[in-house]
Amino acid sequence: MAKTPVNFTLNGSPRSAFAGPGQNLLDFLRREVGDLTPKFGCGQGTCGACTVTIDGATHLSCLVLAESVEGRAIGTAAGLPDGATLDPLQEAFMDHFAAQCGYCTPGMLVSARALLDANPRPSRDEVIEAISGNLCRCTGYEPIIAAILAVAEGRARA
Amino acid sequence: MTLHKGRGFAAINYPIGMNLGGDPSQALVHSNPDGKFTVALSAIDLGQGMKSVTRQIAAETLGVPIADVYVDTADSDTGPHDMGSFASRGTHRMGNAVIRASEEARQVMLEAAAEELEVDAGDLVTDGQGNIHVRGAPSRTITTMAASQAAQFKQGRTIAGRGIFLVPLSDVDPETGEMSPVTTFAHAAMLVTVEVDDETGEVAVTDMQSAYEVGRALNPKLVEQQLRGGAWMGMSHAAWETTEPHYPARDHRPEDFNTYLMPGPGDIAPHHISILERPAEDGPYGGKGPGEMCANPVLPAVVNAVYDAVGVRIDELPVTPEKVLRGLQANGGAKPRQAL
Repeated sequence: MAKTPVNFTLNGSPRSAFAGPGQNLLDFLRREVGDLTPKFGCGQGTCGACTVTIDGATHLSCLVLAESVEGRAIGTAAGLPDGATLDPLQEAFMDHFAAQCGYCTPGMLVSARALLDANPRPSRDEVIEAISGNLCRCTGYEPIIAAILAVAEGRARA
Repeated sequence: MTLHKGRGFAAINYPIGMNLGGDPSQALVHSNPDGKFTVALSAIDLGQGMKSVTRQIAAETLGVPIADVYVDTADSDTGPHDMGSFASRGTHRMGNAVIRASEEARQVMLEAAAEELEVDAGDLVTDGQGNIHVRGAPSRTITTMAASQAAQFKQGRTIAGRGIFLVPLSDVDPETGEMSPVTTFAHAAMLVTVEVDDETGEVAVTDMQSAYEVGRALNPKLVEQQLRGGAWMGMSHAAWETTEPHYPARDHRPEDFNTYLMPGPGDIAPHHISILERPAEDGPYGGKGPGEMCANPVLPAVVNAVYDAVGVRIDELPVTPEKVLRGLQANGGAKPRQAL
């Protein structure tokens, strides 16, 4: 079957690539576009490791058809740093030891960034709700919650 | 429906490493022409901090800045032999091997520096900032980079060291059964508070207070990270994770993240951790291994807390709502221990 050209923006830059029939957005981003920050965890929308934003809203890229992002704006963890300057969330994740094996971290960061963009001063419960779709096996979640709250409350390193 | 509150306590001794035929780890350390050092290990870092801790240990032993040490765990085919990252053995076994390898490399580095400074290697000290100087005479000095370059390009000397740490197989005394399978124990004590719902059988862990004895905490932040995450996993094993039940047939068992349950960020309990440091005699700079023992005390403590709360003694993990309800039914309802 023929591949479909897909035009979209990735972290603000215009991109084009060919999507295979039925290819999901996660596979498309990793194989055709070369952004390896979204991770394959379960492939069925239950772990959150593949979380990306589409037009600013979080989506599980393993459940999105690649062809459907024509003209849309995709955001991944690769778009968080500004050149050599990390996003405050990335700094806070380091300061709070919010990653161990690191597999969930890109998805966590995307979910957290989307939360803070929509609600810069979330409560603890709002932080918990925002990351409740992202599974973590290592940290026990508390360091992740603490890191996000540190940015929200302006306590993180600038 | 009533929520019953209970508290449970448990304490554990946890052996570091294993001994099913000897438990060796090897490390190789060598300097590069730029004066930096590479530590080759075959035990991997899976997020627990293996690279950070062995880097600290190598820098401390070599007497060079931590920025001058690179730990390479890239390939267990080509690297020195290691049993692996398991059994909470990493810090203790690999750390000891890294100390020995670093001591040997340090000695050659000092000999190379001694030749350049025309002094005895025994009179040289390192400042940990990248300099080697004569004891008591800081002006008689050479950088570790210059010493490495002299060894490489002038003296034809390899600044390198080999290290192995082996806990040999312990024979079993045929008369008494006595043996020494381990050299070091870590210890932990845990007090948890639970709430048990006597209508649904659900158990919620609401608070954890712990004390972990880890030898010397070589990297306190990494230790705390591991204890916090590990205790969460212990709580998960205690009250959540299971591939049962699978009524009526095995193909109905939990098999994905929708049905294999773990506590999410909304289910975590506050965890108050005290880290006790009693440096181990045979540990690298006193370190033990805060690996698996961070999860272990949570399980019996939760079981004891459930007994305290409703008088149901669960003897098979995890403590699922079904088991609690069956226990309550057998006992004729909740019998909080305080009320007995």
